[in-house]
Amino acid sequence: MIKFIFLFTATLVTVVTSTPSWSAEPFPSTYRVPPNPLTLVRNATVLTGTGTRIDNGDVLMANGNIEAIGRDLTAPAGARVIDAKGRWVTPGLIDVHSHLGVYPSPGESAMSDGNEATNPVTANVWAEHSIWPQDPGFETALEGGVTTLQILPGSANLIGGRSAIVKNVPATTYQAMKFPGAPYGLKMACGENPKDTYGARNQAPSTRMGNVSGYRQAFADAQDYQRQWQKYARDLATYDKQKDDKKRGKDLQPPVEPKRDLKLETLVGVLRGDILVHIHCYRADEMATMLDVADEFGFKIAAFHHAVEAYKIADLLAQRGVCAAMWADWWGFKMEAFDGIQENIAIVDRPVNSCAMLHSDSAEGVQRLNQEAAKAMARGIRIGFDIPPERAIRWLTANPAKALGLADRIGSLEPGKMADLVIWNRNPFSVYALADEVFVDGALLFDRQHPAADPRSDFLLGQQNKGEVR
Amino acid sequence: MKTLLLIAAFAGTVLAGNVALAEEFLIRGAKVYTASAQGTLENADVLVRNGKIAAVGRGLTATCCAAVVVVDARGRPLTPGLFGGLSMIGLAEVPHEPDTVDAVIGFSAPAWQQQWRPEFDVTLAYNPRSSLVPVARIEGLTWVVLAPQSSDSIVAGQGAAITLDGRYDAVLDGSRTLFVELGSDASPLSGGSRAGQYMLLQQAIREGRAPGSPGRGALLHAAGREALAPYLAGGRVVFQVERAADILHLIRFARRNGVKAVISGGSEAWIVARELAQANVPVILNPLEDLPSDFDHLGARMDNAARLHQAGVRIAFSSGDSHNARKIRQLAGNAVAHGLAWDVALAALTSTPAEIFGLDATHGRIAVGQDADLVLWDGDPLEVTTIADQVWIAGRPIEMRSRQTELRDRYLKQLHVN
Repeated sequence: MIKFIFLFTATLVTVVTSTPSWSAEPFPSTYRVPPNPLTLVRNATVLTGTGTRIDNGDVLMANGNIEAIGRDLTAPAGARVIDAKGRWVTPGLIDVHSHLGVYPSPGESAMSDGNEATNPVTANVWAEHSIWPQDPGFETALEGGVTTLQILPGSANLIGGRSAIVKNVPATTYQAMKFPGAPYGLKMACGENPKDTYGARNQAPSTRMGNVSGYRQAFADAQDYQRQWQKYARDLATYDKQKDDKKRGKDLQPPVEPKRDLKLETLVGVLRGDILVHIHCYRADEMATMLDVADEFGFKIAAFHHAVEAYKIADLLAQRGVCAAMWADWWGFKMEAFDGIQENIAIVDRPVNSCAMLHSDSAEGVQRLNQEAAKAMARGIRIGFDIPPERAIRWLTANPAKALGLADRIGSLEPGKMADLVIWNRNPFSVYALADEVFVDGALLFDRQHPAADPRSDFLLGQQNKGEVR
Repeated sequence: MKTLLLIAAFAGTVLAGNVALAEEFLIRGAKVYTASAQGTLENADVLVRNGKIAAVGRGLTATCCAAVVVVDARGRPLTPGLFGGLSMIGLAEVPHEPDTVDAVIGFSAPAWQQQWRPEFDVTLAYNPRSSLVPVARIEGLTWVVLAPQSSDSIVAGQGAAITLDGRYDAVLDGSRTLFVELGSDASPLSGGSRAGQYMLLQQAIREGRAPGSPGRGALLHAAGREALAPYLAGGRVVFQVERAADILHLIRFARRNGVKAVISGGSEAWIVARELAQANVPVILNPLEDLPSDFDHLGARMDNAARLHQAGVRIAFSSGDSHNARKIRQLAGNAVAHGLAWDVALAALTSTPAEIFGLDATHGRIAVGQDADLVLWDGDPLEVTTIADQVWIAGRPIEMRSRQTELRDRYLKQLHVN
């Protein structure tokens, strides 16, 4: 893990200059792996997240990682052994689209920190600076098996800001939740929200063509900014080479460092591929437009979110290697959601190299992503697709891990990966399924049989409601 | 497959030709969830005659004619048509587009000139040709309660139950209901304090009961006083309310004024479950509400439904979502996962809401004399992986298509991997 952080920091450094005069990671993760005794889960139906199902499977967790997975594993000395006979095991679920912490419960105006709706391009803001770690929604999400979340800014802006990837652990600061070494995401938005937000103020954008102009100008500015820093780096290199030269070095002045622009700094991170692009985009035609915008500026789109019409371009998305994050059945609440269908996820999942994902965008939905997947799976089966649980679980695990650039750390139960794992009381693709035990980095953070006496959130502590009976 | 063909053929005759309703048909060999004291009947038959349930039992035979349609259920579950919740189906096509929304009334008068319009009857705006109607009914929802909203006053107006079979005169007799909003959400409509809600309600009740015009500053027009009168004489009033303290006030208010109260919301109802049971006030709730979304919801929890039932409170479910009204089965399933008995959860989608809205003679159960609103499922009706195979409303098979299935079929054809 330490090595991983180092590598990432190194990449960030080169984003703008080879000799930064500021910290490349100004808000470092202080996440510490919680105490995690050696644990062997036995005799479970294991969905690995890699598309495989192991009946009567065992999973051994050691030092926060998956140590071994298979059948008839031997319990090492001192290991805690959990008999999961009749129960199911999956990787910890990943919600690739959450506003927990930035739009927390209670939803009072004082806590509403998800949209910096003061400018259509706010690539300079970072969702992590709005996260309230006391949002009670984190605990209920954990009870639903969710171990990693991407917390995004809202969709009022064309470019809303950086996302934060967090591990779902109790914490007093967001830094202590921050996924170590995770790349940042950038939230962008198509369609109605930006044009309505600013159009209502008689400001650009007020149309979809205004939206596209806004993205393009922002990235054109970023290209210019990138060139300024490249030139500075070249000049600096020349200066360094020549400054000690007796003849020429005498009159040489070091080049002046360009002024930092936090907005463009983030966008340059996108151009360099260090920051992953997540675009709120409902309509198929707008997704195709965004693919062209990405081509024009040479960046890659990690995922379209709320991709209600993704089924109309399932082949294109697979061909371009772009993930789509979807709801199982939301539709119609606005015009760009009017063509939603319940088979969306199953159809997007169908082509080779597809990357279909379930997302919640909801403090309620995040608590039962497994049920959302179950609905989508049933609709796929109904139209004749073969979607066994071991395939459908990827929508909540391996595929979002890929979209977040974390496929080598989470999303599947494979030796060496983080031991984020859920034991379900039955097949998780059921309305009656409940997470019995949820592990993050091998630490048991939720145990339904032995629930914590007090709520995790300071906000709920002392409200005298838990278990109250008159 | 054979059964499906039969259904298709049947649907064809009835829907395409619009001929007179087939007098009789028989569903044979179903697992019949009656949602009544009869409980669940394995391998049972249901005989439908003239749109009503004529018989329920084993080994039934059609009496009318040789060519009667027989649907072989092959042991699949058959339930009453489900309640789709308090709804804006047919009242709001695209909620973000105001010109498509008829569920909300508001004249934007300043608060001190507030006019209450209990005479506002939202059912007059119902559009049976809304795209939401087929989307809901092919999922087994056969009736909903249209609920009005108001941006001017805590009294939102009147609604009623409607059938989703697409008829124009869709209102179900005897289900008319007045809707009132209490609590913090409604505070801006009551001078900033929830106490103002009782003050205004009391004023309206005095105006409604006093003979003659109350003069300047009245909340109600003459038509409003007329509309309010039946609700002060035992008519049904649904109060949207969450906080335990508000619920207790409401129980006393209803008793004092002779109002038959129903609670909608009730996220803290479990705290005052005993008082609700004693007052025989039912609760229409969303059992997925478990977060303190505001200071009226601090006590929200997943076992609200189970606790209310245990205390003897009648419960029904509603998600508050019209486009995705079909999610209501998932609400029920989750209530079961958190301690509610399965039969009670099914009743909360069928017989209990029918009872609450005065429809128990015709809706909510599979019993002789009830309207033949029936759903044949491919599995446990409360399970999220279960899909409705066939829906009947008032004895007619519903064409199992919607705008969404048409979109699906169009784009499935274009998918290269197929």
